[in-house]
Amino acid sequence: MAELITFYLVPGLVLGAIYAMSATGLSLVYGVIRFANFAHGDLMGLGAYAALAASQGLGLSPWASIPFAAAATVPAALAADVLFYARLRRSLPAVLLISSFGTALMLRAVIYLAFGPTPQTFGRAIVPPLMLWGLRIQERHVWIIAGAAASAAVLHLILARTRAGRAMRAMADDPDLARITGVPTEAVIRLTWTIAAVLVAIAGVFLGLDTQLTPVMGFNVLLASFAAAILGGIGRPWGAALGGLILGLAEECSSYPVVGGAPLLEPSYKSAVAFAVLIVTLIARPQGLFRGMG
Amino acid sequence: MDALLYLATLATLAAIYAALALGLNLHWGLTGLMNFGGAGFVAIGAYTAALLTAAPSATHVGGFALPWWLAWPAAALAGALLALPIGAVSLRLRADYLAIATIGIAEIVRLFARNEDWLTGGPLGVTAIPRPFEALGNPAGQFAFLGLVALVVAGLYALAEMTARSPFGRALRAVRDDEEAAKAVGKNPARLRLQAFVLGAACMGLGGAMLTAFFKFMGPDALEPVTVTFLVWVMLIAGGSGSNAGAVLGAVAVWAVWAATDWLAAQLPGELATRAAYVRLFLIGLALQVILLARPQGLLGERMAGR
Repeated sequence: MAELITFYLVPGLVLGAIYAMSATGLSLVYGVIRFANFAHGDLMGLGAYAALAASQGLGLSPWASIPFAAAATVPAALAADVLFYARLRRSLPAVLLISSFGTALMLRAVIYLAFGPTPQTFGRAIVPPLMLWGLRIQERHVWIIAGAAASAAVLHLILARTRAGRAMRAMADDPDLARITGVPTEAVIRLTWTIAAVLVAIAGVFLGLDTQLTPVMGFNVLLASFAAAILGGIGRPWGAALGGLILGLAEECSSYPVVGGAPLLEPSYKSAVAFAVLIVTLIARPQGLFRGMG
Repeated sequence: MDALLYLATLATLAAIYAALALGLNLHWGLTGLMNFGGAGFVAIGAYTAALLTAAPSATHVGGFALPWWLAWPAAALAGALLALPIGAVSLRLRADYLAIATIGIAEIVRLFARNEDWLTGGPLGVTAIPRPFEALGNPAGQFAFLGLVALVVAGLYALAEMTARSPFGRALRAVRDDEEAAKAVGKNPARLRLQAFVLGAACMGLGGAMLTAFFKFMGPDALEPVTVTFLVWVMLIAGGSGSNAGAVLGAVAVWAVWAATDWLAAQLPGELATRAAYVRLFLIGLALQVILLARPQGLLGERMAGR
């Protein structure tokens, strides 16, 4: 039992928290700006590498370099919107999707150019695991889960308690109605990009801390982020967060040896779990757990 | 002579890209289906042809040493069979769900090719794949193979044109432009989309078969998404989605630019040459953006889906 918790449930929760933060931003963008942003993953990579540069250049701890990650992703997301998406707002969502795909390639190329293809780490020192309730838990895992919970709390306050958050929800519900009732739509779009970019930057730093940084790290979690967002009901941020947690747990537990020591699923197929969850959702409950948009 | 052979090699690849672009045009251009997993469909066709034509080997299933004219149609069939279930699941839903599902399918095919050693030879891949007409010797065999590929692509082009002009093609465009109107006149959009998706995937599978014959090798990393999926998108959008002639023209033109920049990059010293590859990746993304903004209909497109 302790082994199940230490090696499967806790890592699953950590991965789930990272997916949740990424999927929440993806779902917000889908809800408010109305397209599937394929550049979301590579934005995460950009954030992680920006934090790496800050932590190496300024000698900061990776946790303290999170603002630098956001300082890279927020302008990048806003620039992509001004340069490309804003000019395509009247086009079909498909055209915006292809455009975001172009943005993804550009972001990834910038990461490759600046940091090279070799995997890197934040160079964390070996920290002995903490003992909590008789369980061995990595200190960084505690911080990641706490960080994700704090991000969720802040997001909740913004969405539920501020005028801007109400405007975002209004636009997600009915963009035309929001516009004619005086919601400043372009400002709301900028706010949505900012929130999504901050969340994905934190997720990127956490992922880099938990594993390593590679230029394709973000693209590799894009499918999982979409699967989580669709599982939760696309356009519903809290659904996406729950979807992320479920997916992370499912992915880590998929290699748990249930019968006779053999893992349920070979670990080399771990990344197929997201795809399986996506397909099962599309077949069984395409609107997601929390009835997403259309 | 060497220069001529080099040109024949480039022309062969350009023709194979034209086949992939024709497949994508059936998906996106004609029907409005977003397939970002081209590499998956190309790979399954490539492996099918590789295993069927390669000499027997202990490191993977087969090979069966079958002739190319049996293996290539089988590769097209494999592409179609991969598309069938994935299309059946995701095409009834929103258009962007297919785009997401196809990046998943490409990942699954890659994982499978890498991990199922008994079937695919794992990371070692499938080697010693014969190329049609190589018995004719070096210059003649190369040109004969180019002729064969060109003939296949010409056949695909003729089929694609027939499809586009047929009532079926008109129905696909109707579904793409106005699904409700198509429904109102009794068309079944989900079924039409599935048919177009399967046919385009068959085209990509056949392209994969021709690629393996060209490379004489197939492995899990032989088909990079950058050159198989993304580049084909740029080709189609630059040439003009919706137009088969545009797809072929885009494939040839973009491939010419791609090959030229490859040659230029190769002239640079070591470190810079690696960086040039990333600059080219950046330029693919930028090219997509610039075309979408400045000339969404491409060179020859009927017009880009837009309001």
